[in-house]
Amino acid sequence: MSIRRTKPEMPEQSPRERIKNFQEVPFGYGKEIATLEANRCLQCKNKPCMKGCPVEIDIPGFVACIAKGDFDKAAEIIRAKNNLPAISGRVCPYEKQCEGECTLKKLGEPLGIGRLERFIADYEREKGIKPPKRPDPTGKHIAVVGAGPAGLTCAGDLARMGHAVTVFEALHDPGGVLMYGIPEFRLPKTIVKSEVEYVKSLGVEVIYDVVVGKTITVQELMDKYDAVFIGTGAGLPKWLNIPGENLDGVYSANEFLTRVNMMKAYRFPEFDTPVKVGKIVVTFGAGNVAMDCARTALRLKAEKSYIFYRRSEAEMPAREEEIEHARQEGVIFKLLTAPIRFIGDEKGILKEVEYLKMELGEPDESGRRRPVPLPGSEEKLAIDTALVAIGQSPNPLIPQSMKDLKIGKHGNITTDDDGRTSIPKIFAGGDIATGAATVILAMGAGKRAARTIDAYLKKNI
Amino acid sequence: MYPIVEKKVLSENVKLLKINAPLVAKKALPGQFIILRIDEKGERIPLTIADSDPKKGTVSIIFLEVGKTTKQLGLLNVGDSLENFAGPLGMPSEVKKYGTVVCVGGGVGIAPLFPIVKALKEAGNRVISILGAKTADLLLLEKEIHTFSDEFYIATDDGSKGHKGFVSDVLQQIIDKHKVDMVMAIGPIIMMKVVSNVTKKYNIKTLVSLNPIMVDGTGMCGGCRVSIDGKTKFACVDGPEFDGHKVDYDNLMLRNRRFVHAEGEACRLAGA
Ligand SMILES: Cc1cc2nc3c(=O)[nH]c(=O)nc-3n(C[C@H](O)[C@H](O)[C@H](O)COP(=O)(O)OP(=O)(O)OC[C@H]3O[C@@H](n4cnc5c(N)ncnc54)[C@H](O)[C@@H]3O)c2cc1C
Ligand SMILES: Cc1cc2nc3c(=O)[nH]c(=O)nc-3n(C[C@H](O)[C@H](O)[C@H](O)COP(=O)(O)OP(=O)(O)OC[C@H]3O[C@@H](n4cnc5c(N)ncnc54)[C@H](O)[C@@H]3O)c2cc1C
Ligand code: SF4
Ligand code: SF4
Ligand code: FES
Repeated sequence: MSIRRTKPEMPEQSPRERIKNFQEVPFGYGKEIATLEANRCLQCKNKPCMKGCPVEIDIPGFVACIAKGDFDKAAEIIRAKNNLPAISGRVCPYEKQCEGECTLKKLGEPLGIGRLERFIADYEREKGIKPPKRPDPTGKHIAVVGAGPAGLTCAGDLARMGHAVTVFEALHDPGGVLMYGIPEFRLPKTIVKSEVEYVKSLGVEVIYDVVVGKTITVQELMDKYDAVFIGTGAGLPKWLNIPGENLDGVYSANEFLTRVNMMKAYRFPEFDTPVKVGKIVVTFGAGNVAMDCARTALRLKAEKSYIFYRRSEAEMPAREEEIEHARQEGVIFKLLTAPIRFIGDEKGILKEVEYLKMELGEPDESGRRRPVPLPGSEEKLAIDTALVAIGQSPNPLIPQSMKDLKIGKHGNITTDDDGRTSIPKIFAGGDIATGAATVILAMGAGKRAARTIDAYLKKNI
Repeated sequence: MYPIVEKKVLSENVKLLKINAPLVAKKALPGQFIILRIDEKGERIPLTIADSDPKKGTVSIIFLEVGKTTKQLGLLNVGDSLENFAGPLGMPSEVKKYGTVVCVGGGVGIAPLFPIVKALKEAGNRVISILGAKTADLLLLEKEIHTFSDEFYIATDDGSKGHKGFVSDVLQQIIDKHKVDMVMAIGPIIMMKVVSNVTKKYNIKTLVSLNPIMVDGTGMCGGCRVSIDGKTKFACVDGPEFDGHKVDYDNLMLRNRRFVHAEGEACRLAGA
């Protein structure tokens, strides 16, 4: 029997249908397809795939269980390491992580590990997740700042070790970017909430409306708790810094996505928060965030949704799958195009964007070829909405409020690989330490920090 | 959940609610604000902390009913609760001894002015207060502010109380008579703009408190951005107080009209 070289397609909503709704695009594998795919795994002795998984899931282990049809055991194996599998199974850039290391790549496509993880997480959720047994309390209490993937992972792991954990979250919902940034059609919010319920079932307490640095200072947390983990993410939007950026009609990606996702503006006026898109929408940038903006605009009934990117296709930072989905849905890509100003009417409402064509020159510090403007190539396009999705920097609120905390040159909290900061009692991880990265890297950082904190607490009894 | 422990109707569509929010009450300083959400489907709206009592754990807010959320808020009573109440947000006022300070409050901007007047007085300043409103019925906290002021003036558009005309007329008269070291102005954008134009001629330090549309209040969305001396600042973390002479008021006015159409529709549908 010859080995199949490709992963089975994941059934999904057709592009024409899905741009009319906010429901999830892929449906996920069913039992049969999952079992079939799991059987493709070679059960490699040295487990190369595991090296690519920041949360250390025993991949061959859970895949073998799926192959045998023992989905409950597969779920148990995943849960032993990963508190949020329904989330990572959807948004983890597995092609660069576990699947990037998979032996099957030599023969064709890697094993569909991400999709199998998602299958198990969904199977488990539908059945009802049972919380694991908890060890005896250690008597230690840790404060976690921020309920994003880094904070939730760290909190869950610490709770499993028997520590008491309280998470302080500034917003009214948990999840961080999972809730306010990543759209419903990629990561349904009920799924985020149910994973958070699981973390709570491990014994974690989550308190909302607490802006650490304002409502409570980090110093107060240090006085009251045995250790503090900071996972406040990279929430500060970057701007293009061109004229007209404050016109009515120009949004940061964060504002646009927060209105739509967390505040559910797509269901306005049932929900009170409004959003406006108009007919022609341009998103600036070509990362995951930009794809999310452009696709969301289509679902809000924009007639044309453009992506303007100053480099070429090869440099686009978004995951391939996201770019592909955006294309299928009709997002128009204008590459090698850089805006130079926004033009408004006498009332200050955005009407046009003026832009330049670019060409690629010598490589820059990032190793990517630097875009150089083509003189005299100015053009204008009439638009209603501009969405700026060119990146986020670490959230400055806490770094600014702590004098002794060592800060890197991008405003990030400086940590070692295990989450230690310059202050012994304070640990940090996720986007606040690395700058904007990925969900799974944030979760990996949360996991390593939990281990470091546990060791620190044991040493300090 | 944050229970409402007291409610006062200050004028036809201005109400005061005292909310039980111990963590906020403990930290609140003059000039700071909170963001609340009434229920699961609600919008997050910013309101200034008008008063706080750290011992009792309460925070007072005073609001003008202008749209869906503030109208709905006005219908709540003692015993009802708010879903979310986050704060204190923003930078506190620069309270110190300046000498003679003039505090100018217009409309519902009088409410957030009150704790600042009190703090400036307690810091040893000579405080002159000017309150303005369309008509006498719409004036707020007259007695309270008067108590903490060395001199006290009122201006109404229709002359129903005090000077007939704008607060800026009274301010001009004061500047003509006294040496003024600082002016603090909170009110409608147009009022803050006019006041800043008056004080600019005399180079008097002027602080204003801006009220752009906000979402998160933590510096994450950039919706609250304002242009200060040509630079973009986020009012929720860098402000809400700014040097009045550097604010681009016209841009703020325009950005605050961003959702006028949608809000009108929400109100119509809600029958508000
Ligand atoms: C639109 C969008 C799409 C993305 N898509 C993907 C994707 O498909 N795959 C992927 O892997 N990655 C994706 N990313 C990146 C990924 O979401 C982030 O790298 C990840 O969420 C970082 O996790 P974190 O826990 O460090 O921070 P966040 O998720 O940012 O969480 C930080 C939390 O801390 C809270 N907080 C901040 N300051 C305070 C304070 N002072 N006090 C209390 N709480 C505070 C915040 O409210 C937030 O809840 C995307 C990002 C965006 C914006
Ligand atoms: C830092 C800060 C402090 C504030 N303090 C107070 C306060 O102490 N008391 C008070 O009554 N109001 C205050 N405001 C204004 C208050 O937030 C708005 O009136 C409120 O958000 C309106 O919500 P709504 O749903 O009732 O009205 P909407 O239906 O949202 O709007 C109704 C009308 O008000 C305009 N509007 C909406 N948001 C704002 C805004 N932020 N500022 C000005 N106009 C707006 C709309 O364009 C529309 O014309 C403050 C605003 C900020 C940013
Ligand atoms: S979490 Fe990501 S890296 Fe780990 S197994 Fe799942 S998809 Fe792979
Ligand atoms: S590397 Fe690929 S084939 Fe080998 S065990 Fe891991 S998932 Fe299976
Ligand atoms: S309200 Fe979102 S950044 Fe200020």
